[in-house]
Amino acid sequence: MITWIKGGELVDPRKGEKKKLDIVIKRGKIEGLLPPGEFNPTNDMDVKIIDASGMIITPGLIDMHVHFREPGEEYKETIATGSQAAATGGFTAVACMPNTSPINDSRSVTEFILERARKANLIRVYPVAAISMGSRSELLTEFGDLKQAGAVAVSDDGRPVTNSELMRRALEYAWFFNLPVISHCQDFDLSNNGVMHEGAISTQLGLQGIPAASEEIMVAREILLAKLTGYPVHIAHVSTEGSVKFIRQAKEEGIPVTAETAPHYFSLDHTAVIGFDTNAKMYPPLREPKDAEAIKRGLSEGVIDVIATDHAPHSEIEKDVEFDKAAFGIIGLETALPLTLALVREGVVDLSTAIAKLSYNPASILSIKGGTLEEGKEADLTIIDLNNEYVIEKDSFKSKSHNSPFIGQKMKGKAMLTMVGGRIVWESDEFNPRS
Amino acid sequence: MDQLSVSDINLILDTADSLMEISSRDIKKVPTLRGKSIVNFFYEPSTRTKASFEMAAKRLSADTLSLSATDSSMVKGETLIDTARNLQAMNPDIIIIRHSSSGAPHLLARYVDSGVINAGDGTHEHPTQALLDLFTIRKKKGRIKGLRVVIIGDIAHSRVARSDIIGLRKMGAEVTISGPPTMIPVDAESLGVKVVLDPAKALKNKDVIMMLRIQLERQKGILFPSLREYSIFFGLNQDLIKVAKKDVIIMHPGPINRGVEITGDLADGPFSVILDQVSNGVAIRMALLYLLIGGSKGDNLD
Repeated sequence: MITWIKGGELVDPRKGEKKKLDIVIKRGKIEGLLPPGEFNPTNDMDVKIIDASGMIITPGLIDMHVHFREPGEEYKETIATGSQAAATGGFTAVACMPNTSPINDSRSVTEFILERARKANLIRVYPVAAISMGSRSELLTEFGDLKQAGAVAVSDDGRPVTNSELMRRALEYAWFFNLPVISHCQDFDLSNNGVMHEGAISTQLGLQGIPAASEEIMVAREILLAKLTGYPVHIAHVSTEGSVKFIRQAKEEGIPVTAETAPHYFSLDHTAVIGFDTNAKMYPPLREPKDAEAIKRGLSEGVIDVIATDHAPHSEIEKDVEFDKAAFGIIGLETALPLTLALVREGVVDLSTAIAKLSYNPASILSIKGGTLEEGKEADLTIIDLNNEYVIEKDSFKSKSHNSPFIGQKMKGKAMLTMVGGRIVWESDEFNPRS
Repeated sequence: MDQLSVSDINLILDTADSLMEISSRDIKKVPTLRGKSIVNFFYEPSTRTKASFEMAAKRLSADTLSLSATDSSMVKGETLIDTARNLQAMNPDIIIIRHSSSGAPHLLARYVDSGVINAGDGTHEHPTQALLDLFTIRKKKGRIKGLRVVIIGDIAHSRVARSDIIGLRKMGAEVTISGPPTMIPVDAESLGVKVVLDPAKALKNKDVIMMLRIQLERQKGILFPSLREYSIFFGLNQDLIKVAKKDVIIMHPGPINRGVEITGDLADGPFSVILDQVSNGVAIRMALLYLLIGGSKGDNLD
């Protein structure tokens, strides 16, 4: 069977501009990218036609930072429900952070995750293994064995690597196996049981603050270690003006550093905590408007390479409690695309750059497939309606959890169809391809 | 205090004024709130505030029920929301809550129909303390507007300071905060106060001094090195007070650490209105119960 996606405009970040092209897919791969009118199937061909008129088609979105909670906290999310949320949000691939229970610090956990992903059979799930055993910053995990088992990166995400020597050795050792190292930047002593950004709002609410410096000190350390070793480091969830400044400077000096931010850091600020909404509690915390502006500038100037969600599902048990007792984290897979498209309408980044940060860039940092639409490559793609408007509703999430600060907000732009290896894994009710 | 307007505050203070007299009667009880039930839900130790609310409720003939952390289901792992739903099922008129988490009364109020009074939440607010402080100042000074008030101590971790600042600013007083830099919150000026770190300077020409309790449990050698040093540089003593106005009043929300933030002779001396604060506290809480139950159901005070 052949799938023929016609009438849509391709946005391939590698090629830059939008272009009207038909996509012909055969055996899960892109067989042809043809100007409209050039593909003329004969009657005896078995062709499924997807009419994407008025839509854009992008490489399948890739989220390099999610928490799927399996194994251990399946009541919050499973690899199956997380995959569904991802597909609905337009994502064809995700990288799962290792802070599950048990922590993904061994081949058996990595293999288990991949097995669950195979069973869910929706999107590509790439495990990220821990840097240190139990993420305790004491002993390195077996990077080589984990890589062979299928891990695409290492990170102690959820916790910082508190031992600088261990972090240095991790960067060095990971290089041998071509494993990217992702750093969760937090100085535990400085964040001192904080529950929100330290500033005027924490002072007003009487909540313990987490100073921006808690993140920035570690960002600076990772940059210095990358400089020392010459090996790359990737900074997760950048949230402050100072971090952007350090990363910009490092890139200018040629230090091998890449960085990601999450949509909430450019869409919200610490005032969202007023009223003690636990869905506005995450690490790093929502910062000040000047930080959000700096993040946008960082995205626009290429200082920040990637937009990742840090999708962190939590149930009511963790969230419907006193603010200081609530868990850190929000879900993000089903809101990332419209929040990023808002940046495009604002003029912060052009469409192609936005899609690059959601596909091509994470794919190249992790050395995984996807991120571009080319003949001969896997047909991982997303069909997006840029003009679809809707309100985020609590009950509409495919994720098992609904801890989102965006509930009730109006969004514009939606994934109408998500395809992984030529197979449709999500299709909106509002999208009716004629076949 | 954030939610109260100037006229709300005036109404509460005026009502407290008119109820003050009840507490000096031989029979200290009026039937105003007969048949009303009030839950005193104290999820954090408290003597003064809890006793004050209970006394206030009893003088108005309301039925009171006091729950503390140790005898509540909280120790059995029940969530605040579940506790709230259970209390709600008993249909009380008012729930008074003291809790160690900032924002806990807000969470509770979302799940109950009865009025909720915040009796102190974490390091956020302690509105009834602020109201009784305003009441005390007004009684002693005849006004609040234009007065110069200094608050000295651990401002960052004080719910009393936060509520007092909001209340005093609303009522038109000038507020200065003072204490070691480790105890001054970030962006303190955003609260509308002046920061003068050295008490010797901050006390100058002040009409009112509010001392805050140094919480011994917070002293882990990081915010300040020792009580001894604290009392030398930041404690109130006879020498320091000379720079304040001649008719200055000294306030303290209690409990006092004698010899730490204030010397014993000052706490007991002629400038001190510390015990007036306690008496006034009962009147303020009577006023609040009266106004909340007399008013529409579901009003909350924070």
